[in-house]
Amino acid sequence: MADAIISLDHVSYAYEENGPEAVRDVSFSVPRGAFYAILGQNGSGKSTLAKLINGLYMPTKGVVTVCGMNTQDEKNTWEIRRKAGMVFQNPDNQLVATIVRDDVAFGLENIGVPTEEMPARIDQALTDVGMLSYAQRAPHNLSGGQKQRVAIAGVLAMRPEAIIFDESTAMLDPQGRKEVLQAVQRLNREQGITVLWITHFMEEAALCEQVYVMHQGRFVLSGSPREVFADAEALREYRLDAPPMARLSQQLKKAGMPLRDGILTTEEMAEEVLRLCK
Amino acid sequence: MLNNITLGQFYPSNSLVHQLDPRMKILLLVALIVGIFLAQNLLAFLPIILFLILAAKLSTIPFAMLIKGIKPLRFILIFTFVLNLFFLQGETVLLNLGFAQIKTEAVVSAIHYCLRLVLLVLASSLLTLTTAPIVLTDGLERLLSPLRVIHFPAHEMAMMMSIALRFIPTLLEEADKIMKAQTARGADFESGNLLNRAKAMVPLLVPLFVSAFRRAGDLAMAMEARCYHGGEGRTRLRVLKMGKNDGLSALVMAVLIVLTVLCSRIY
Repeated sequence: MADAIISLDHVSYAYEENGPEAVRDVSFSVPRGAFYAILGQNGSGKSTLAKLINGLYMPTKGVVTVCGMNTQDEKNTWEIRRKAGMVFQNPDNQLVATIVRDDVAFGLENIGVPTEEMPARIDQALTDVGMLSYAQRAPHNLSGGQKQRVAIAGVLAMRPEAIIFDESTAMLDPQGRKEVLQAVQRLNREQGITVLWITHFMEEAALCEQVYVMHQGRFVLSGSPREVFADAEALREYRLDAPPMARLSQQLKKAGMPLRDGILTTEEMAEEVLRLCK
Repeated sequence: MLNNITLGQFYPSNSLVHQLDPRMKILLLVALIVGIFLAQNLLAFLPIILFLILAAKLSTIPFAMLIKGIKPLRFILIFTFVLNLFFLQGETVLLNLGFAQIKTEAVVSAIHYCLRLVLLVLASSLLTLTTAPIVLTDGLERLLSPLRVIHFPAHEMAMMMSIALRFIPTLLEEADKIMKAQTARGADFESGNLLNRAKAMVPLLVPLFVSAFRRAGDLAMAMEARCYHGGEGRTRLRVLKMGKNDGLSALVMAVLIVLTVLCSRIY
C-alpha cells in the first residue's frame, strides 16, 4: 500500500534466540488517518507488536516499515519514534518531569526543538487534550485519566503522524477511560492522526474502523467490528467475549426475534427494539 | 501517615530572591558558606547575619518558616554548645563549678560554633525555599556542565535528580498501599522494639524494591519511545539568563566576603 503509515511484512519476534516467538508471521498495514484496533488477551503478543512498530524491538524475521522507513536502520530510529509516538499502559511510569508543562516539553527537548518554539507547541498539545489549565500542576496530583492525557500531549507536541496506544486505558477507572478515548477520537477526527489502539476491551475495539484479533502471536481474525464480533464462537475460542449487546442480539436471534445483524452498542440495540415494537 | 507530601520545601512567590538565576543562587550559597568558615570572630559574623536578614526580608518568606528549618538541629546545637563549653581550654576562668571550670574563651567559642551551624542551615534553606526543585536541578546541571570535559556526567546527574523528585510521591503512595495490604494480613509495623520494627519493614521493602525496578524498566522504555538519547543535542524549555539583579547580588556578596575577612583580621 502506498499511503500506509505503518506496515508489517511477515514479521516475527522472539525475546530469546531460538526461544518461543511472541509475534509470529504478522502482516498488516495501517493507512493514513485510520483508527485501527488490535485486540487480544494478556500474553497474546499485542504489546510486543507495539514495541516492534516503535523501533524499541527489532523483528527477528520480516520487515517493519513506518512512514516508509525501515525500523531496522538505526539512522531512522529517532525519526520513526517522533512520527509514530507511543502511549503506554501505566500512567505513572511514563511521565518524567515534576511539572506537567515540563513533561510535555521532554520529547521536544530530546528532538532538539528550539526553545522559542516550545511554549506554543506545548500549549497547543495541552489544549488538544483539554489539559491546559493543569500546565503548572504536579503529575502525582492528577487522576489516572488526566495523567494519560498529559502523556498523549507529550507525544502530540512532537507532531507525530501516528500514535500507538499500548493498553493505555487498562489501568484507568471508567471515567478515565472515557476521557482518554474521547480525546483520542477527537485527535483522529480533527487532526487526522493515525491511531493504532491496542486493547483487551471489546467495547473500545467496537469503536474502531478495523479490528485485528491476536492470539498466541498471530492475527487470527480481522475485519470491521461488525464482522469480527458476529462470530461469537470463534471469539470464545480465543478467550475473548463479544461486547454484551452483540451477545444479547445473537441470543435473541437464536430465540427467534427478527433482529438485524451487526448490533454492537446499547444505542443500536435500543433503536432496533423500538423498531420491532412499533 | 504518608499523606500531604510536598516536594522539597519550596515556598512559591514572585520575590526578587525567587527571580534570581538559580546558578547565581547556588554560587552565592557556596560563597556564603566560605564566608561563614572564614569568619574568625563574632564581629565577622555581623555582615553575614545582615546579608541573611536582608535576603530573608526580600524573599517574603515568613520568619517562622525559616526558624522551622533550624528546629531539627536543636539537639546538635545543644550538644555542640555544651561540649565546647566544658572541654575547651582557656586562660580566664569565668565560672568555677567545682568539678569543672568554664573559661571565657570556651563561651565565645561555643557561641561561635553554634552560630556557624545556624547560619549554614539558614543559608541553605533560603536557597531551597526560594528555588523550585526543577529549577534547582536545571541550575546545577548548567553549573556542572563545564566539567563534562573531564567526563563528569552533569546532564545524567541532573536527570537522575529530577526523576527521583518525580517518583518520591509515587513510591511513597505505593509504600502506603503495601503497608495497608500487609497490615490487613496481620503484619505489625508499630509495636515491638527497634529491631523488631526494622524486621517488620522487610515485607514492605521487598515488594517496594521489586516494583521500583519494574517502574524503572517501564520508564526507560517510555523515555526511549520519546526519543531520549542522553544530553547531546538536547534543547531546553527553560533558558537561564543572568540579569542585573544577579550581578548586583554577586557584588554585594564580594563586599561581604571582604568585610568578613577584614573583621577577622582586625580583632
